[in-house]
Amino acid sequence: MILLRELLFPLIAVVAAFIVGGILILVIGDNPLQAYGLLFGSALSWPVGIGYTLFYATPLIFTGLAVLVAFRCGLLNIGAEGQLYIGAFATAWVGITLANLSPWLLIPLCFIAAILGGGVWGAIPGVLKARFGSHEVINTIMLNFIAVALLSYFTQYHYKTPGDPIMQTVPIGEGAHIARLGRFIPGLPEFIPLNLAFVLALICCGLVYLFLWRTKWGYELRATGTNPSAAEYGGISVRKQIIVAMTISGALAGMVGINEVLGYRYRYYDGFSDNYGFTGIAVALLGRNHPVGVIISALLFAILQRGGIPVDAFTEHVTKDIVQVLQGTIILFVAAEAFFRGPFAKFGLLNRSKV
Amino acid sequence: MLELRNITKRFGNVLANDKVNIVVKPGTIHAIVGENGAGKSTAMRIAYGFYKADEGEILVDGHVHDIETPHDAIALGIGMVHQHFMLVDTMTVAENIVLGAEPGSGIALDLVQASFEIRRLSEEFKLAVNPGSVIERLSVGQQQRVELMKALYRHARLLILDEPTAVLTPQEVEEFFSILRRMREQGKTVVIITHKLTEVLAISDEVTVMRDGRVVGRLQTKETNATELARLMVGREVLLRVEKTPAKTGSAELSVRNLSVTVRGGAKPVKDVSLEVRKGEILGIAGVEGNGQTELMEALAGLLSPSQLSGEIRIEDRDITQEGARLRRELGIAHIPEDRHRRGLLLEFDLAENSILGVHYRHPIVAYAGTFLDNGAIRRRAKEILEGFDVRPANPDLPARALSGGNQQKLIIGREFKVDPKLLLVVQPTRGVDIGAIEFIHRKLVGLRDSGCAVLLVSAELEEVMSLSDRLLIIHEGRIVGEVDPKVATIEEIGLLMTRGH
Amino acid sequence: MAEIFTISLIWSTIRLTTPLILAALGGMFSERSGVINIALEGMMLAGAFTAAAVTYAVGSPFVGLLAGMGAGMVIAGIHAIACIRYRADQVVTGTAINILMIGVPGFLSGAFFLSSGSTPQIPKEQLIPRTPIMIAFALVPIAWYVLYKTPFGLRLRSVGENPEAADAAGVPVARMRYAGVLLSGILAGIGGAYLSIGQSSLFTRNMTSGRGFIALAALIFGKWRPVQTMLACLLFGLTEAVTIQMQGVVKLPSGEDIPVQFIHMVPYLLTIIVLAGFIGSSRPPKALGIPYQKER
Repeated sequence: MILLRELLFPLIAVVAAFIVGGILILVIGDNPLQAYGLLFGSALSWPVGIGYTLFYATPLIFTGLAVLVAFRCGLLNIGAEGQLYIGAFATAWVGITLANLSPWLLIPLCFIAAILGGGVWGAIPGVLKARFGSHEVINTIMLNFIAVALLSYFTQYHYKTPGDPIMQTVPIGEGAHIARLGRFIPGLPEFIPLNLAFVLALICCGLVYLFLWRTKWGYELRATGTNPSAAEYGGISVRKQIIVAMTISGALAGMVGINEVLGYRYRYYDGFSDNYGFTGIAVALLGRNHPVGVIISALLFAILQRGGIPVDAFTEHVTKDIVQVLQGTIILFVAAEAFFRGPFAKFGLLNRSKV
Repeated sequence: MLELRNITKRFGNVLANDKVNIVVKPGTIHAIVGENGAGKSTAMRIAYGFYKADEGEILVDGHVHDIETPHDAIALGIGMVHQHFMLVDTMTVAENIVLGAEPGSGIALDLVQASFEIRRLSEEFKLAVNPGSVIERLSVGQQQRVELMKALYRHARLLILDEPTAVLTPQEVEEFFSILRRMREQGKTVVIITHKLTEVLAISDEVTVMRDGRVVGRLQTKETNATELARLMVGREVLLRVEKTPAKTGSAELSVRNLSVTVRGGAKPVKDVSLEVRKGEILGIAGVEGNGQTELMEALAGLLSPSQLSGEIRIEDRDITQEGARLRRELGIAHIPEDRHRRGLLLEFDLAENSILGVHYRHPIVAYAGTFLDNGAIRRRAKEILEGFDVRPANPDLPARALSGGNQQKLIIGREFKVDPKLLLVVQPTRGVDIGAIEFIHRKLVGLRDSGCAVLLVSAELEEVMSLSDRLLIIHEGRIVGEVDPKVATIEEIGLLMTRGH
Repeated sequence: MAEIFTISLIWSTIRLTTPLILAALGGMFSERSGVINIALEGMMLAGAFTAAAVTYAVGSPFVGLLAGMGAGMVIAGIHAIACIRYRADQVVTGTAINILMIGVPGFLSGAFFLSSGSTPQIPKEQLIPRTPIMIAFALVPIAWYVLYKTPFGLRLRSVGENPEAADAAGVPVARMRYAGVLLSGILAGIGGAYLSIGQSSLFTRNMTSGRGFIALAALIFGKWRPVQTMLACLLFGLTEAVTIQMQGVVKLPSGEDIPVQFIHMVPYLLTIIVLAGFIGSSRPPKALGIPYQKER
């Protein structure tokens, strides 16, 4: 019953967004059913569609978790975008600088770099909030832009192959490459960049769950999130929790770099993120800020992303921008949940005491 | 002037007003008295259009009116001063007063004319309000006068005042009452909501008594007295005697020396307080609310930053002035806070999770590798608390939000008792709690004291502190102004200390 | 160094500042009423696209400008309804609108102009390079007057500081907030329109490139006050102008370009520093971000 209730409104929001998107498609003179058919059909075809869908889901699971952890501490981290860039660059930097190290050392070091990079970038707004009380939303927005500028500088002036017109670093050492899943799964071609980072993302979901609901630290973090005054009363340092939550959040976002750099491009590519950080907010919100929900909603958004490409190609007018339209509409509907609660309450479908 | 007929109002499942009938005659000062939660404020907020009644009608000057918003009430000549002032801190007095009733044309705000009018009114009622001052720089008494002025500026003929004296010093109360009398002379009608009987007798012409959302008495002030009003208010003869044996006190558990608290802005709500709580006794602190009790207890519980404190706090021989809440808890301090929603509970968490707040990081709650919570231990602890303290429903999976106020309070008390405290800090333990639970809580507190725990009790209910305490201190404007023996002292004697200071 | 501080730099600063002022003043009305507006970016994009599309279709930039204002207002209306009526989280809603507005212009231009994400070129004589600049700078004193010298401004500020007090005084809280948010959409819409039919001659994908956020930064840096906000916008506009002028002109002693990225960071760094209270305190409206609800 609880599960049903948790699923109900996200589901309604998604359906409503698809209806709105469908109407838009109709207005511009295409067939929404055909467009959605293409979208889901291609994203869920084996092996290429599914392979890519899971690949696209990987960064979204990380950023969704990042937003979730901050949110459970009462913070809105809209800086996952910046944190994942820093994480990605850090891991690339280690992969480039220590290129000749044995993989047994190099890969762990690269992982740590991604985690630390994102963690530090997340910790900054945490410290600013804990120390000066300045709002994390504004600071994370600002830090996104600073990260982008900083990394574009390093890429352009220090780590680019001279003469390369593309804003990307030199490749990382081969020892830092992590395996693509095609190697282990029969039938999944290896050109699909789905890699071990996906498995890592799933493991992180489990770890985040354990951390938040099964450890004393998670208890303290969540207590701070629901009522900082009471947490303080219970002997919990609210300031510390804010910093801890933002650091973990940043570290999770930074792990996007593992997927991107170690598993996909094998170099840092400037501006690679397709709004993963912002979509992470949608993922966490739609997933009811629960790790399992995050997996489900990351998959949904990944389907949109993957399915948008054939929609663009095979319909008359619809472009892949439909993906952003649907994403934005879903978030809007999830955020304004009361919009749906109203009619439900009216028809007595939500007969529960106001707990 | 104003008449409420059969007003009924529910908030969720709570019946806040049950067929309330109140008649306020023009040109009088009408008191509405009752305990906290009796429904006084709700009834008056309905009259002011802040809430909408589920049933019943409101008559102004003998005619039924639909008062949907404060705007409607203002148009009918009704003004209200809320318990928590409704002022915009960053704006000036004049801006606050004209807000919503701006003079001048729609495109230009004429504050000059407004200031002129404000000065005139200020003269007329001797309010001494300067239109140019910014609200956040004014004292509480001055802010209240701005609130009065707001209503007068809108030509209010009827002023509703919600607990106006709760925040005032005795001098300010005197001054305030003379303002009210002047208003009555000018033909205004005043409704004053209060739970202080001395004030009712001092200022009002007529009284309506409320209890549990119903009107239980309509009286002429001249023809009644404190005893009768008190009996109507609580619905029985005032008999708050707690059975207890003489205290067997031991050595000092808590010693406080010259403690002062400075808050942001430089004010000092606690000044130079010294006290000692011995093992096995209940030391009570009586005082009008807002005289530093809250800050004193938060300072003792470790909830204020050490930089705000001066002086010394000791547990047995250990100086804990610089220590935070966690270490103080480890040293055996438990705390039943004043505001259970803000401090005491995690409303979204279930009862099991609430039952471990404060010990959530320690054995036996944390079992594996010093990190993981032991769900079995948590549930056992929750069950023990819920059963031992009669929390209903005793379902550890419910969110704390689902409990009634009394049961929430019992949960907190159970949790704090469960740690076998050496010192219990307890503030307003029975506020908003039903009679049955009050007696239960009182017995538990006495039982804890008999087991040798030192108890420091703050309560605004004079009878509660008098009947529970072994010794009683009186606090006024942040200072301890006297100590009395609660067994022999009279309410009058204590009341005098509480309000005058000496 | 001297060659970059020229008339053209001043002119370029003014042009770069214009959209910032428009969006920031818009944001001011929204945030002063208590509604966080990180959707300025999306509102600007809506204005930019609509203005370009309508100007192209109708041939009149003034109709285009009006359409841009209307589009900004519609988007603001969505934000307002979600935040005020349905009490949605204002930051999340803003993010949703920004994502939505990355998609919608591309979606529509794909359908109507058969291009992915941009509108067709508009002839030079159908552009309005001056009008929005004049509007922007004229708006600063007007905004100041409205905010501090009219009943509307008093009420707007009061619902952003203490909606309960405003409500008790008979001020319609929700209506004031709708007004604040809608105004922000109109102004951001003009700001966006200036980008597409003033500064350039077509709409291109994501052409605001973060200006909505710089405007937000300027608003915070300007402490939610009109004149200071304009000064902050000028400062940020100047830094951008300098970076553009410097490119390829000024070299480091080593003969390399000065990295422009560091100058790009200036507005963002300043905002963080101001917010932390290092340069005076920047106090946001007290009720900012908190939906107003009273029990009924």
